[in-house]
Amino acid sequence: MTGYFHSVRLETKKCKGCTNCIRRCPTEAIRVREGRACIIVERCIDCGECIRVCPNKAKTAVSDSYEKLAAFQYRIALPAPALYGQFKGEYTVGQIDGALLQLGFDDVFEVAYAADLITAATQEYVAEVGTPRPLISQACPAVVSLIQVRFPLLLPHLIPIDSPMNAAARLAKDQAVAKGYARADTGAFFITPCPAKITAVRQPQQHFTNYVDGVLSIQEVYGDLLQVLKSGVTQLRVTASGAGINWGGAGGEAAAMGNDVATLTVDGIHNVIGILEEVEMGHLKEIDYLECQACTGGCVGGALTVVNQNLARMYLKKLAAADGVPEKGQQGTALLERYNRFGIKKNIRPRQPFSLDEDVAKAISKLDLLERTLESLPGLDCGSCGAPTCRALAEDIVRGLSSETDCVFKLREKVSNLARKVMELASLVPPSMGGVRETKNEGNGEADNEID
Amino acid sequence: MQFTDTPGSLSYRFAVEGMNFKTAGSAAMRIKRLLLDVGYEPQLARRAAIIAYELEMNLIIHGGGGQLAVKLSPDFIEIYAGDQGPGIPDVELAMQEGYSTAPPQVREMGLGAGMGLPNVKHWADVLKIDTKVDEGTRLRAIVYCTQSK
Ligand SMILES: Nc1ncnc2c1ncn2[C@@H]1O[C@H](COP(=O)(O)OP(=O)(O)O)[C@@H](O)[C@H]1O
Ligand code: SF4
Ligand SMILES: [Mg+2]
Repeated sequence: MTGYFHSVRLETKKCKGCTNCIRRCPTEAIRVREGRACIIVERCIDCGECIRVCPNKAKTAVSDSYEKLAAFQYRIALPAPALYGQFKGEYTVGQIDGALLQLGFDDVFEVAYAADLITAATQEYVAEVGTPRPLISQACPAVVSLIQVRFPLLLPHLIPIDSPMNAAARLAKDQAVAKGYARADTGAFFITPCPAKITAVRQPQQHFTNYVDGVLSIQEVYGDLLQVLKSGVTQLRVTASGAGINWGGAGGEAAAMGNDVATLTVDGIHNVIGILEEVEMGHLKEIDYLECQACTGGCVGGALTVVNQNLARMYLKKLAAADGVPEKGQQGTALLERYNRFGIKKNIRPRQPFSLDEDVAKAISKLDLLERTLESLPGLDCGSCGAPTCRALAEDIVRGLSSETDCVFKLREKVSNLARKVMELASLVPPSMGGVRETKNEGNGEADNEID
Repeated sequence: MQFTDTPGSLSYRFAVEGMNFKTAGSAAMRIKRLLLDVGYEPQLARRAAIIAYELEMNLIIHGGGGQLAVKLSPDFIEIYAGDQGPGIPDVELAMQEGYSTAPPQVREMGLGAGMGLPNVKHWADVLKIDTKVDEGTRLRAIVYCTQSK
């Protein structure tokens, strides 16, 4: 048991071992073994890149199903802001919320509304806390995991404030309890654009208290929602501001922060890595708030969404402008006070899955072996050994998980050496047939004759 | 001052090309990955990585290229940079925050803020500079694994 839960899984039957995914993975977490991909759990950050890139649709995410709703008496839907961008702008935010009620939910609590509160809490935090810079939001759990795995040095940059999803669940459940429902009977279900959020909810070792009870993917509810919407629904009253709704697209968080804060938005996990590398070198100190979105386009580009992210972002922006309500004001301030600004107290721990040994001295000697092994590999990063790069194979060899002959070029070299040996042996004629025996150790040149 | 191997530690050397901004930072990036592989405490690794980056940039911008090297030991991380460039006429001045002789085209790239050497000094436990005008510059920075900064 490794202690990590991951929502991204492989459907073994569909995997053809094509190695497309291993190179796309930002944390080198996938290997192909015996013709099938497998995920190194310590490294996976559930960003969904492999789901997007797999030509055989063998990578999936495990979410909950409607059946889980039955476990609760009072069921609250928490739609991610990205959901609103999936309907070509044909339905209002209030209608989409309303449609959720017909899928078996008793109430809807907009995550976009919680995003408004998180924005306000973050604005305060950024104003109060001077260093380090830039500060990085925790809204995207794939980015948080990426930092734990690949940029542990940047953990102090993460803003210790809860995600809108979790804040929404907490608020929604407290509201239900205030209405008279028992806490245990109240279930909060997030409608997710991505596997990373599923993981964040189910992860056993969290640095925050989780309030979400279940997660359904946008893809899963999309068809049903569309049907309900087409047959006409009663609108719910929208509670989120346009800024909160826009959190669903890249740039939304930064825009919500306002003009007093120096912001930068980066989307797409490989772009995020590039920027975090800059931050690690001590750059970008002039930026106060760095919005990092694992998905290109932000959450509307999540691996479990339906519509092309460029279009979804456009629809979302229009809806935000048309349907958003004025921001919280007094009521928001009161909520922030009551919930302690949604602060997270526990520290986020680094994961360090790349460390070759717990003991530094041993790790150093393994690293030496790794680099020497690497020198003997061809350096083509061809992927046919099942590792994303030659270095990754060298690493696997040092960890005892692979062998040199997994490299086809090494194997060929060995085979051709062997073949040469065989040829040499084959050309030797036995002495009885007049062959001359090789002399090595004998000091006397006439040894051959003596033996005969 | 030379960069030499020490028993029980592991050394890597990287050639750095002068004024080549395409590959700038790549040696420091390789070093950072080595630090992650060893699993040094994150704060130590970060200090060493920043030092490596700043020294690499100085080799590129000022030193006309040279060698960047790292020595990994359970007790310390050493970063070395050596070049045969113009040398530093006034080391004390060069160590001052904001002092830079970087040419205008380098400044346009957002480099040459004169914070490199002060940063290196800040993050290193030991910094030694050996430089001679027209002969070159060698810098050795050490981060000890026991101390925190
Ligand atoms: N390797 C080197 N060779 C020659 N001069 C150097 C070297 N490294 C630094 N210097 C001098 O020291 C100055 C300050 O360096 P630094 O603090 O890194 O600032 P910057 O690189 O931004 O100019 C440089 O502008 C340059 O004049
Ligand atoms: S950007 Fe949004 S959709 Fe993508 S992983 Fe992060 S939280 Fe999930
Ligand atoms: Mg410099």
